[in-house]
Amino acid sequence: MTPAPAPVRQAYHLRLYVAGQTPKSVLAFRNLKQMCEEHLEGRYEIEIIDLVENPQLAAGDQILAVPTLVRRLPEPIKKIIGDLSNTERVLVGLDLRER
Amino acid sequence: MKKSQSAVGLLVPHEPRGPELAKTPTGIRGLDEITRGGLPKGRPTLVCGGPGSGKTLLALTFLVNGAIQFDEPGVLLTFEENAEEIASDVASLGFDLPELIKTKKLSVDYVRVERSEIEETGEYDLEGLFIRLDYAIRTVGAKRVVLDTIESLFAGLENDSILRSELRRLFRWLKEQGVTAVITAERGEGLLTRQGLEEYVSDAVILLDHRVHDQVSTRRLRVVKYRGTHHGTNEYPFLINADGISVLPVSSLALQHAAPLDRVSSGIASLDGMLGGKGYYRGSTILVSGTAGTGKTSLAAHFLDAACRRGERCLCFLFEESPQQHLRNMRSIGIDLEPWVTAGLLQFHADRPSRYGLETHLATMHQVVADFKPTVTVIDPVTNLMTVGTFADVEAMLTRMIDHLKTENITAMLTSLSSGQSEIERGETTISSLMDTWIVLANDVAGGHHRRGLYVLKSRGMAHSNELREFVLTDHGLTMLDAAGRSPRDAA
Repeated sequence: MTPAPAPVRQAYHLRLYVAGQTPKSVLAFRNLKQMCEEHLEGRYEIEIIDLVENPQLAAGDQILAVPTLVRRLPEPIKKIIGDLSNTERVLVGLDLRER
Repeated sequence: MKKSQSAVGLLVPHEPRGPELAKTPTGIRGLDEITRGGLPKGRPTLVCGGPGSGKTLLALTFLVNGAIQFDEPGVLLTFEENAEEIASDVASLGFDLPELIKTKKLSVDYVRVERSEIEETGEYDLEGLFIRLDYAIRTVGAKRVVLDTIESLFAGLENDSILRSELRRLFRWLKEQGVTAVITAERGEGLLTRQGLEEYVSDAVILLDHRVHDQVSTRRLRVVKYRGTHHGTNEYPFLINADGISVLPVSSLALQHAAPLDRVSSGIASLDGMLGGKGYYRGSTILVSGTAGTGKTSLAAHFLDAACRRGERCLCFLFEESPQQHLRNMRSIGIDLEPWVTAGLLQFHADRPSRYGLETHLATMHQVVADFKPTVTVIDPVTNLMTVGTFADVEAMLTRMIDHLKTENITAMLTSLSSGQSEIERGETTISSLMDTWIVLANDVAGGHHRRGLYVLKSRGMAHSNELREFVLTDHGLTMLDAAGRSPRDAA
């Protein structure tokens, strides 16, 4: 998780919590990937945590719902829950667009 | 019950016909009696009540008792306070949560949901919560689970319909795990819970209530629902004190007391004579009524003294005097109770009636009785308690107390202070039906003399005297006079 030597704009460290390969988690990942390519090209990193394999990791980020997208960086931490199908809301949630 | 002389069939009208559900004991005094053994094993129970009604404490006690007394580890999923806050809340009750966590008898997971930090978009489920709970259950091998208070999720998440269907799934899942769960919920208006959770948890529902009436607070517990089991449906007063939570049950309003035949002396030979020659029945309840200064407390002191001489354990509740005053006053008529206190046979409990509600008093008395295990109990005077509650309340609560004493085969003497308008007053009539023996003390001023008299108004199950006997209080106790107005001592 080396912060990219971000020139002007900040790097994004995103963590996607899922519980197994469910249609919702697959959809969420696809939506996330697409959004990142469009808006954060070259300055993002996505980490996927499958809670079925690592249940002990759920408490740390206070995960309840899945899928949950956590923006670790830049701070402050943001959480977006759901399959990320509403790109507008995801962008607002990540502070990439004005509310 | 074993000592009973009555037909066995009469003693067990409440036994269920079919096999009862398996139960998980809470270890909470009184609650396990009301529920005939505890909460439904392997099923969720909903505990609802307003803020400060004791929900969290009840739930935590269930967990801690499980871990310590019943070798059943537990999981606490808390939505309101973190583990440190909870641990410090209950440390004063002697619950050492950090130690239980360290020894893997308890797992605490604090679930924090902050709506302002969360954006919702699209479909989701609460599998994350399930995974956390499952992980915690497996970590300690939990048999008990508490969710406190899961309704907080409604404030944290926007999508009500997802939440509701997920909660439904959660309660079903808990059943599949075979854990006995307690789910706490906030009392709602017109509903048992604010979010209608009672709809999802159908096995057992317990309602806690905290009322303040005339500046006196009373806590009550009611089992609203308990599928597949007999349970008491009344409201039961409960206490939260330094020992935690305890519920005062009505043990058997079905009148199934044993009726022992042995007799106990009143401590006054001539009074024993008036009571069929042998004194009171053991386990019976005796009312001693009279106006101020008629000698009620003295009569009770004789009774206590005699019981202690027999080596019985005696408990004396004082609602008028302090134990020191009582001891001093009784010494003045030649009864020294202090050695019995020193020997641990006699225990005094003095309290101001106005200190708490009637129910709290009775719940406290219940607890003291359970701790001290007396065979004789005196309440002096019971009328002072009656000023604390309404008439119907007083009757109901005294019924419970007397009932409990009878069930435990404790001989009880209650003194009652009459105001003087009539010898027998309304308050006394109310409780008289509960009494086996009723002794009335009366003063009479005639011919420049203050004279004291007593008679046995009733005494069930024995041929008692109907005489009005004159007596005097001397420095060697209460002494009956003969028909000519002489004490036997004088005559001798």
